[in-house]
Parts: sequence; structure tokens; C-alpha cells
Amino acid sequence: MANSNNSMSISNKQKTTFIHEIGRLTIFVVEAFGDITLFTLEMFRWLFTRIPRSSIIFSTMYHVGVLSLPVVIITGGFIGMVLAVQTYDQFSMMHMETRLGAVINVSLVKELGPVLAATMLAGRIGSSMAAELGTMRVTEQIDALKALGANPIQHLVVPRFLACLFMVPLLTAIADLTGVLGGWFIGSFIMGIDSFHYWFHSEYYVTAYDVLGGLLKSIFFGSAIALIACHRGFNCGAGAEGVGKAATESFVLSFIAILTIDFFLTFIINTGYYIIWPSPVSLM
Amino acid sequence: MNSANQTPVIELKNTSRSFGCQKILRDISIKIHQGETVALIGESGCGKSVTMKLMMSLLLPDQGNVYWNGKHISEQSDKDLSRERLRFGYLFQGAALFDSMTVFENIAFGLRQNTKMSDKEIKDIVQEKIRDVGLTVSVKNKKPAELSGGMKKRVGLARALAMSPEVMFYDEPTTGLDPIMSDVINELIIQTRQQRQVTSVIVTHDMKTVQKVADRVIMLYPLSRLSEGEPQIIFEGTTKEAFQTNDPRVSQFITGEARERLQELMEV
Repeated sequence: MANSNNSMSISNKQKTTFIHEIGRLTIFVVEAFGDITLFTLEMFRWLFTRIPRSSIIFSTMYHVGVLSLPVVIITGGFIGMVLAVQTYDQFSMMHMETRLGAVINVSLVKELGPVLAATMLAGRIGSSMAAELGTMRVTEQIDALKALGANPIQHLVVPRFLACLFMVPLLTAIADLTGVLGGWFIGSFIMGIDSFHYWFHSEYYVTAYDVLGGLLKSIFFGSAIALIACHRGFNCGAGAEGVGKAATESFVLSFIAILTIDFFLTFIINTGYYIIWPSPVSLM
Repeated sequence: MNSANQTPVIELKNTSRSFGCQKILRDISIKIHQGETVALIGESGCGKSVTMKLMMSLLLPDQGNVYWNGKHISEQSDKDLSRERLRFGYLFQGAALFDSMTVFENIAFGLRQNTKMSDKEIKDIVQEKIRDVGLTVSVKNKKPAELSGGMKKRVGLARALAMSPEVMFYDEPTTGLDPIMSDVINELIIQTRQQRQVTSVIVTHDMKTVQKVADRVIMLYPLSRLSEGEPQIIFEGTTKEAFQTNDPRVSQFITGEARERLQELMEV
């Protein structure tokens, strides 16, 4: 009996082809998308039905926002400084070093600030949320919430979503600011560019639309980080291995989501810009 | 007693449940009547905890139905289900205390979440429950990480009892505790039942608990050891009958003998 079962399972394994694998992967991806979509809809349902106590929301905002400040300040500052060092030589060769501020600041507020700040936060906040919720799942704390009449999505996911929705754009603004200051510090004090011209060209080239476009992206990045992290935590596997895997998956999936969202939003924001202001601003 | 004629407090009818490709429960039917204490026994992995979570609707069955006081649970809205679930208390295997909260906040959680009681009323109830489970009130400001295993279980019990449940579920209440603390927990289960007519369902491997606390015993067998069509519930009867049965599978579990399992170990 056991032998016949073994031989059956071996013959089944032999029949598995590349096409089977593609089919399995497709089903997995469709299921995963469906699952996170239902999870998101459920979260929105609770978001508009019953908002958690303000003490829970503020405590989560403190953990997401205030405690992430050092890492965001360091990330933003160094991005600005590195950009200044990398671009100075090329601009100096064309005697355009005073335009350095324009290039550094526009790259920062439109792209690098939001994306790199969100990536750092996906690592710091997202992984920690996935690990925390995963541990709660493994130790039956999520079941305990249900048993005590609380809805786990309303109690655990909604505050984290709100905290990321509001805090990630604020942290991105701080990363932008420290990046701008970092670039100016290197450009003016180390490379010797005149501060007046540095800021004059920055002001001319960087528009409010660029800054707001970057911050708009960060709202989507923050939402994606919270939803992916909470979803991974809620679907965490058993034991320490499951918790570790949930934290890793949370970061990797958030990173992919950030890059994908960034591509589509950049496309939409740029199209919007050219619709409103048909002739682009020149560096010259 | 005419309990057979009463509507059961909880009823599982032909329920099955799988996790991925692994089937854990197959066609299980169980009735729990008001006021009785039922022990669910069986080997690790046979589906006892899953059965209890189905009873509380913490999990939903893949097939079959769950009834609370004769009402089908899938016909109730999420809100009603949540409210109805408050009639049940659940002591989790590892106590499942919320790590980020103090003992006080853990016990007060259900009251704050579901009632409009004042802070003073909540404080009084929490202190009463802490004393009921034999702990001193000074423990209320501690975090779960600062408590021993026995203390965690007792805080978990106090948290479940704070909502004055009609039905108590105990998931391996004495596992991992020393013999004295195990007996303390057994006594607390009896005391809870004596104070109010609480219906209790206990998942346990501890035969002392079964003997001391249970009125009725239900034994589940792992599906991997059963052939197709064999019932998964291999014993259902009074505690006395369980300890006197001639069924070798039941008596082997109750007396805790390895028997043919040793042979299986050698073959591996």
C-alpha cells in the first residue's frame, strides 16, 4: 500500500513540467493579489466604520514617525551630500557649477528623497510591523483580540495604516529638507559654489509642483508599506522561522511596490505637468 | 438528565477543516450542553485545538456547520458574531497576553472594548478578577514578560472571566506548569464552575485534569492513523467510562503507554 502510494507520487512528480510550474506561479500570484486586495478593502471598511481610540493612533504615530527621525535625517542628509560630490565635476567642466543646486534639489524632491526615505522606512517600520504582528499571530494574540470582541483589522491594521499615511509624507519632507541642506553644505562650503547663485537657480528650477508630486508619491508609498507589512504579519507562518520570513517578505514586497508605484506615479505626474505647463523649464 | 433534549449551547455538525493540503478534521459532530464540562483529549496534532476554535468561530469550517444555541453562525453578521462571541471566554495555550500591555490593561481590555463602564467600575472588576485567580493586586502593573508561566495562565483566566462568560474554553490549561500549579489551575476551573453555571470545554493531555474536572470525555484520533470512512471521534462518554473502557486506543492514551509506537520508532 505504502509502496504503491510512493510509486504514484513519484510518477506524479515526473509529470510536473515547466508549464505546470508557470500555472502554479500564476495561481499563487493571482491568489496573493486577491488576498491583499480583500485585506485592503476590509481595512478601508473599518477605517470608515470605527476609528480606533486616539491614544492607540498617537502611540503608533510616535513609533512610526518620531522614532524614525534619526534614520530619515541621516538618509536625506547623505543623499544630498553624495549628489553634490557626484555631480560637481561634470557641472564644473561645463562651468555650470552654480546650477548644481537646481539638479540636486530637483532630483531630491521629485525622486530620491521620497523613494529612498520610503525604502528606509520599509526596512525600519515595515519589517518591524510584520514581525510584531507575526509574533502576535504565532502566540495567538490575534485570536485573543477576536475572543475579546475586538476586530484585529480595526485594532491593529487601521492605526498602523493611518500612522504610515500621515507620517511617511512628513518624514519624506524632512528627508527632502536635510538632503537639500546636505547638498548646499557640500556645494557651498566644500566645493566653494556661491550660495546666492546656488539658491537662485534652485528656486528658479524647483517648483512647488515637484515638491508636492514627491510628497504625493510618499503618501502612496506609506500606504503600501503599512498594508504589505500588516498583511504579511497576519499571514505569518509558524514559529520563529515564519516571523523572520514575514519580516523579510514585507521588506522585499514593499521595495518592489515602492518602485512600481514610483514608475506609474512619475508617469502620471509628468504627464500632468506637461498638460498644465506645456513648455518645460530649461537649465540654461 | 434530559440534556439530550435541550438545545445544545454549541453544536458542530459534520464539520471538516484543512490547512493547505493537510486535512485536520473530517466530519466531526459534537454537542455541548449547558452546564457540563467536556474534556477533548487526543494525541498532539489530532485537531483538538482546531475543534475548539471552530466552536468559538475563531476559525471557520471548510465543510459542515456550527450552531450556537441552535442558531447557525454563518447566518449572523460579523457584528452579531462579535457580540455573541462575548458569551464565551477563552484561555489560550500560551495565555496569549498582549505583550505591549500591563496585566491591568490586559484584563480590562474586553471591558474597555465592549462596555461603557467607568474607569472606577473597570478597576474594581479587574482587581476582583486578579484576586479570584489567586494573585495579588500588585501584579497589575507588570508586563506579561515579567510573569512566570503559571501567573500568565492565571492572568489569561482572569482576562477571560472579566467578561463573565457563559461558556469557558480552556486550551491545555496545565501544559508546561509544575504539578502544584497544574492543580491550582484545576481548582480554579472547578471554582469558576461553582461560582456560576459555566459550561466548560477543556482541551488537555493531562489525565489528572480530566479526572478531576470533566463530566464527559471526547477523544479525537489523528486522521493520518485512520483509514477512509473511519470516524475521527473514537470515544464519547462519561469520565468514568473513559477510564474503564476496553478500547485499546483510548486506554493506551489514558494510561500513557507507547506500545506499538515504539516499534514504529525503530522502523523509522
